[in-house]
Amino acid sequence: MDLQTLTYIVVGLTFSLYIGIAIWARAGTTGEYYAAGRGIHPVANGMATAADWMSAASFISMAGLIAFKGYDASIFLMGWTGGYVLLALCLAPYLRKFGKFTVPDFIGDRFYSSTARIVAVICLIVASLTYVIGQMKGIGVAFSRFLDVDYATGLYSGMAIVFFYAVLGGMKGVTYTQIAQYCVLIFAYTVPAVFISLNLTGNPLPQLGLIGDTADGTPLLLKLDQTLVDLGFAEYTAQKGGTFNMMMYTLSLMLGTAGLPHVIIRFFTVPKVSDARTSAGWALLFIAILYTTAPAVGSMARLNLTNTIQHGEVGDPQGNLVYEERPDWFKNWENTGLLQFEDKNGDGRIQYYNDGNAEFAAKAEAEYGWKGNEMVKVDRDIMVLANPEIAKLPNWVIALVAAGGLAAALSTAAGLLLAISTAISHDLLKRTFMTGISERNELLSARIAMAGAILVAGYLGLNPPGFAAQVVALAFGLAASSIFPVLMMGIFSTKVNKAGAIAGMLTGLLSTLLYIFSYKGFLFIPGTELLANTPDNWFLGIAPEAFGALGALLNFIVAFVVSNMTAPVPDDIRQMVEDIRVPKGAGDAQDH
Amino acid sequence: MAFRSDEDKKAYWRKNLNLMFVLLVIWAVVSYGFGILLRPVLDAIPVGGVGLGFWFAQQGSIYVFLGIVFFYAKKMRELDREFGVDDDE
Repeated sequence: MDLQTLTYIVVGLTFSLYIGIAIWARAGTTGEYYAAGRGIHPVANGMATAADWMSAASFISMAGLIAFKGYDASIFLMGWTGGYVLLALCLAPYLRKFGKFTVPDFIGDRFYSSTARIVAVICLIVASLTYVIGQMKGIGVAFSRFLDVDYATGLYSGMAIVFFYAVLGGMKGVTYTQIAQYCVLIFAYTVPAVFISLNLTGNPLPQLGLIGDTADGTPLLLKLDQTLVDLGFAEYTAQKGGTFNMMMYTLSLMLGTAGLPHVIIRFFTVPKVSDARTSAGWALLFIAILYTTAPAVGSMARLNLTNTIQHGEVGDPQGNLVYEERPDWFKNWENTGLLQFEDKNGDGRIQYYNDGNAEFAAKAEAEYGWKGNEMVKVDRDIMVLANPEIAKLPNWVIALVAAGGLAAALSTAAGLLLAISTAISHDLLKRTFMTGISERNELLSARIAMAGAILVAGYLGLNPPGFAAQVVALAFGLAASSIFPVLMMGIFSTKVNKAGAIAGMLTGLLSTLLYIFSYKGFLFIPGTELLANTPDNWFLGIAPEAFGALGALLNFIVAFVVSNMTAPVPDDIRQMVEDIRVPKGAGDAQDH
Repeated sequence: MAFRSDEDKKAYWRKNLNLMFVLLVIWAVVSYGFGILLRPVLDAIPVGGVGLGFWFAQQGSIYVFLGIVFFYAKKMRELDREFGVDDDE
């Protein structure tokens, strides 16, 4: 059977599964729509959280990022997992005990203020909407590469699927489809990794293959270092960026992970406080399966790619791949424009090396007759998608990877859209502007808000703003600097009051926006940068993406100072804080 | 809340904070410490041809994070029961 048909069958099967689940798991009450009736088993919630969290970026882009950045990409591995420790220890159990439906719900009640609630809704919508655009793009790309339909058709199909199960089932439908999507995506990610690890190191576990030896006895990572250095690249395992920036970047990702609302609300679906604690552990376990595999995929893909092109000795005229003899996957990806070759020295062979390294480039030109790097474009995102083809794996594995990428994008998009729609129907309507709304009408408005959010996200996916790639950094920066600190203070301090929380959130939000915009342009419009975006210009060497941690620090300081100068927290709120610190009595869902 | 006394309430919270503090120190040491700051020192111990620091940055820290979260859940359950504030049905 040819690859195209096989891919249609595999993707079609997974989609029918999602639709079947959606029909089975319809939501009848706001409690089911917002929090799946608080009846999700902690292990099942852990799985759903993992799918919710691992987006198209984790599935498709991360291993490619690691492949090309090597050790420096460790910040993503540690940052995106370490946040779960904060979530499990500092946030999830207490917010579950609080027993409401959304993150702004907690901020509004704890700081007894509609203003605080609305500021929280704004932070939530900005962070979640920017994130959704990336998922919509991922869906469009995956469809157009694997199913040979155009980008827009792919996007519409994805929107229709999400519409179906998210509008019908709310959190309940999303949870059960996310569990199915997790199974699809983790299977699709690990199967190729196992085969590639076996091929290169003889070890079926990629986690061990990473530190294993290749066929000639050289450790994999040393061999990769040597291969890259021979072609003028930096060592894979060497640190290239500044140490302080690396630490701040990791911290920003950790705080941002813990502060992202679509992840936090997943912990409202488990029956008890103790379940919220263990469920965070299960979520991290399911995430870790992919995150510990990714460095193996990244390093092995880089080695495979380099060795395919430079199959002989560097400098030997016979050592480079003849362009006319290039493998099929090379041609497929050339068609998409994500791989590009240009025969600069006209020898009909491909030279792939680092011509940015002046010393090596001069030597290559004088001794080997190379006239520059001929792989003029190698898109990072193809590393995972092309991996099974590069490793010559059977067609069904390739079809599986397509379904896995779609599962990752769909599950995250649905979770984000749910966070947005509940913030609108619950926090803005029910709790702020239409407090008398009936449960039936609230449920209806939640569904309308969800449909609206899907249309907006679809529109933005079709007409992606030029800054689509930049905004993910913004989402993490805002979650870290505005939402995370105010949740921490709401739980661990009885002193921080209404004025302190609002001032703190605004300080975190605005300082982070200002810092990012200074280097990347106001609203990312080119030409409006205040300073060039280079490490020399950065404050203390902190990259714009890494500022969230500093924004969080400013948030904490301002909140404490302002709280000390203004009226103390009322007694009933103090009582509420002391109450959420104790697990007992969280069993019943507090509908209101 | 069902604490027997105010002292109990304070003791429960203090024990929780102490446990959190110890675990967050470990969390910071394996990632920011072993994975980044102390990498040059740790790399003296070879793992997979590179070194223990690199391994902690790309593998080890994640395994330790997992241990921390499950350990905290288990310890807190014991603490909840000790003080009679658990959420067992």
